[in-house]
Amino acid sequence: MTSEQTSTTHAALDAGSPKRTRLPYYPGCTLKTTGKGLEDSALAVAETLGMELVELPRWNCCGVVTSLTDDDLMRHIAPIRNMVRVQEMSDAGLVDDKRVVTLCSMCFNALKWSNARIGGNAEDLKSINDFMYLEEDYRGDSEVVHFLEILKELDPEAIARQVKVPLGNLNVAPYYGCTLLRPKSIGIDDPENPTIQRKFLETMGATVIDNSYKTVCCGSYQTVPDKYAVAELTHDILSHARSAGAEAVTTFCPLCAFNLDNRQREVLEKHPDFEPMPVFYFTQLMAVAFGLNAECCRFDLNHTDPRPLLRGKKLMKEDA
Amino acid sequence: MAQTIVITPKNETFLKRIVALSAEAITVCDQCGTCSGSCPMIHEMDVTPSQLMRMVQLGQSEALDTKTMWVCASCFACTVRCPRGLDVSKVAEALRQVTLRRSVDRLDIRNIPSDELAELPQIALVSAFRKLTG
Ligand code: SF4
Ligand code: SF4
Ligand code: SF4
Ligand code: SF4
Repeated sequence: MTSEQTSTTHAALDAGSPKRTRLPYYPGCTLKTTGKGLEDSALAVAETLGMELVELPRWNCCGVVTSLTDDDLMRHIAPIRNMVRVQEMSDAGLVDDKRVVTLCSMCFNALKWSNARIGGNAEDLKSINDFMYLEEDYRGDSEVVHFLEILKELDPEAIARQVKVPLGNLNVAPYYGCTLLRPKSIGIDDPENPTIQRKFLETMGATVIDNSYKTVCCGSYQTVPDKYAVAELTHDILSHARSAGAEAVTTFCPLCAFNLDNRQREVLEKHPDFEPMPVFYFTQLMAVAFGLNAECCRFDLNHTDPRPLLRGKKLMKEDA
Repeated sequence: MAQTIVITPKNETFLKRIVALSAEAITVCDQCGTCSGSCPMIHEMDVTPSQLMRMVQLGQSEALDTKTMWVCASCFACTVRCPRGLDVSKVAEALRQVTLRRSVDRLDIRNIPSDELAELPQIALVSAFRKLTG
């Protein structure tokens, strides 16, 4: 990242200029379905902060999980094809930044990992470019960032100015899971004690509840073959957040969201006295704090309806 | 009295295959157990992650019969903590790949009830099928 890029982001925001900073944006499949509440709220929040997330044309699924064997270059083609789209947009001047913004933690991890592996290996890059001979050659010099990293570059004052409904009495435990943090070469924060969500939640006025389960994996894709194994992790993660004083947790990952939220049904089967807990996408809470139209939060897609909690705290109108 | 563990050529071939697939220096694992202590899926495993590493070190192809290699969630909790800089998730993936590349799948979409299939998000299905089918 260059300082030039940072200052572009700041300039648009500070001047309150009508021209927004345009950033290439990779949504991923699930943000178009169960994760719509993450996408819509993030786009609205970005707009409020003077940024336009411009969706890559003809993007394809990133594959979610990086291949961990040393010999299957083939499995990096899908993520790299998306990086070709980023390069094209940037070369054509359709965006103001060469870095592609991701929201889904797993997309972030998969794209950044493949990009690092291929971008740093001329031979592999050539193999992939040769294989995708119908595409223009990828130069390997575009970058992958997460939305939280973009927020971190903004002037904190400018974010604070947008807070219209401070989340004063809401006790929130930020949940990180795995793919925003690990492995270290990919992660955006301390893998043992991440704090990047804290600052922003505090700016939103929320009471932030830290607890040691914030980095414990939710079981990930094991939710498909063994939902009860995942439900035990959900139970542990949410019960610890609850006993630390939290009323809700936040996440950036639609798989974490599914495991922590929808799997509460299986948790209740096994632990009837479990108290259900709303699971917010981080940007849903930002949208609430910014006083944006509740429609962008798509709370209808949350499994454990967070609206009663928000209304009880006077953070949402009765009829919204 | 010093004991000698006999590593047969067959054991060695297996170890070399997993080392090549994972690109991990499996023989430097000193069995400290940090990975096992970090693993969120340990309750579902038949051998611990450190035991799995030991089995591969010794070239025991029985590692391929463990439940452990299938229930690893690739969460990288062990990866960031291993004092030897090893990555058990890569070893588990290499073991899975040996089986999957023989066209033996762990997950069959026909066994997932249709109501569950309808509810599971793409991100869950795509990742599960990438990890558990060939
Ligand atoms: S992680 Fe999904 S949901 Fe995210 S794009 Fe990649 S495969 Fe699809
Ligand atoms: S916590 Fe669970 S789904 Fe979420 S990032 Fe880890 S593995 Fe991903
Ligand atoms: S943490 Fe590393 S060295 Fe220790 S047992 Fe696990 S793999 Fe071996
Ligand atoms: S990567 Fe696999 S073995 Fe390592 S801690 Fe996570 S689930 Fe356990």
